[in-house]
Amino acid sequence: MSHESTYDPQSGVEKWLDKRLPLVRLMYDSFVDFPSPKNLNYWWTFGGILAICLVVQILTGIILAMHYTPHVDYAFDSVEHIMRDVNYGWLLRYVHANGASMFFLAVYIHMFRGLYYGSYKEPREMLWILGVVIFLLMMATAFMGYVLPWGQMSYWGATVITNLFSAIPVVGESIRTLLWGGFSVDNATLNRFFSLHYLLPFAIAGVVVLHIWALHIPGNNNPTGVEVKNVKKDTVPFHPYYTVKDGFAIAVFLVLFSIFVFFAPNSLGHPDNYIEANPLATPAHIVPEWYFLPFYAILRAITFDIGPIPAKLGGVIAMFSSILVLFVLPWLDTSKVRSMRYRPIAKLWFAIFAVVACALGYLGGQPAEGVYVTLAQICTAYYFGYFLIILPLLGIMETPKPLPASIADAVLPPKSDASGGAIPAAQPAE
Amino acid sequence: MSAISDHDLEEPTRRDFIHLVAGSAAAVGAAGVVVPLVHQMNPDASVLALATKEVDLSSIEVGQAIKVMWQGKPVFIRRRTAEEIAVAEETPVSDLPDDRSRNLNDEALDASDTARTTASDGVARPEWLVLVGVCTHLGCIPLGTSQGEIKGDYNGWFCPCHGSHYDTAGRIRKGPAPENLPVPPYEFISDSVVKIG
Repeated sequence: MSHESTYDPQSGVEKWLDKRLPLVRLMYDSFVDFPSPKNLNYWWTFGGILAICLVVQILTGIILAMHYTPHVDYAFDSVEHIMRDVNYGWLLRYVHANGASMFFLAVYIHMFRGLYYGSYKEPREMLWILGVVIFLLMMATAFMGYVLPWGQMSYWGATVITNLFSAIPVVGESIRTLLWGGFSVDNATLNRFFSLHYLLPFAIAGVVVLHIWALHIPGNNNPTGVEVKNVKKDTVPFHPYYTVKDGFAIAVFLVLFSIFVFFAPNSLGHPDNYIEANPLATPAHIVPEWYFLPFYAILRAITFDIGPIPAKLGGVIAMFSSILVLFVLPWLDTSKVRSMRYRPIAKLWFAIFAVVACALGYLGGQPAEGVYVTLAQICTAYYFGYFLIILPLLGIMETPKPLPASIADAVLPPKSDASGGAIPAAQPAE
Repeated sequence: MSAISDHDLEEPTRRDFIHLVAGSAAAVGAAGVVVPLVHQMNPDASVLALATKEVDLSSIEVGQAIKVMWQGKPVFIRRRTAEEIAVAEETPVSDLPDDRSRNLNDEALDASDTARTTASDGVARPEWLVLVGVCTHLGCIPLGTSQGEIKGDYNGWFCPCHGSHYDTAGRIRKGPAPENLPVPPYEFISDSVVKIG
């Protein structure tokens, strides 16, 4: 939250610098003495975890680019060269590949945290919208990164996704040719994907700065969803309280990360990507990386024409809409109460939504036939229904539970009952 | 607000004119810069140079099919049996999900078997079916060209990605693909050599 600066430069150098470029003051006010609600739980540590993920990806990525060759004849071989010949190349590549999965795992938890505690609501709409922009950039970056090893899944995943653009009426085919730089996914495509894969993470870093800026204007939301009323009673300084809490969470997260890197480095990938790309043979079953599966399921769920819109275009529209709907979520959810702790009915619908999102992930990995298609259609309907019907209506119809008067009231025992009788807070759905 | 209205009523000044002209020049300049920045992404001269391909058909037996590469994509050339031709010819166009020829040699035609096998000289050679082997759904390569591959419910091609079935004239019959497999521009240079593109 915006607050009076408490930075007090001590040394002569600090004073000199502070008059000319108050960078240390900015850092101090943002990450040391920033007043944060005292009741933030571990779901709030994923912002810090995500920052670490971005740094890990950029560091390992820059190093991998020193050994990788973006050419259709050499790309696959250069990745094997990294794995076998480059010193610690296997480690750097496994960290980078699994790092993408960890990044998405963390971002999904971060997003569900925001959905459950209503972190997207006034006055944090810009913060949420910037988050969705980061998510879109992450998806583009991850997609193009997966093409670079030039395996079968790289090639055919790129083919399927770039072909989505051909569904756009009139200009679709031209856009596809423009993306390819040829008449199919080929060397020109690989080169430009490499260029953009290198560029976009820095664009993400830029939007992350805006995201943190937009966070520091209203300050953190918190598990009660009640705004800070008294900075002294309701908040603690970011350092040491949350640097330590975030630090511990990051350490635990890195343990999970390491388990994947060292004991199951290929478990999240697809074995077909260790076969070099072959434009003449399609793998029997093309699947994207796990973090795209829910959206892939929505794409394939539209198997029927919707009025004048053919099924193929309908699927593409549905898939993009499933993310774009998040941009308008702050205005779709009509409830004034942020936290679902105090929204008994909304909590149930949210739990179903979480299950549906996971189910879509499962269905996206299954063949598009029979009962899987029907289930994907039901889940897709619920996905959109949750945002477009349930949340707008619930805000009007639901009677929320009484909110605590303040954050301090919610977390400290009442003065008359010193034996402790803190309100047992509901846990968020996992 | 009155100041603005007064300003609006004033005669345009030389300064207004200069603003307008400078702004327009900047906009035209920006548009001019965008053209090369975007157009460089389109297929380059070396890619376009590979736009045609000649194929010798003399080794293909009746009932066989081959795959060749053209513009980075597979082209299926199938020498169809009399039975396959008959089935394709007997299918009424009204039964087809896509009733257009999708034949780049003559796009005005309907999806009849004759239209699907018409070359650029306007002559149909029913024995030879030439197709771009890229599923019109999301770009996978349908199975059914090589021996032993699944040919789908209509004995033509089957796309394993999302389950599209094509018939013996490469027309979509079942599944999510919206269009028939496209027929590339081609001409017969001699009886046994075809030039694609």
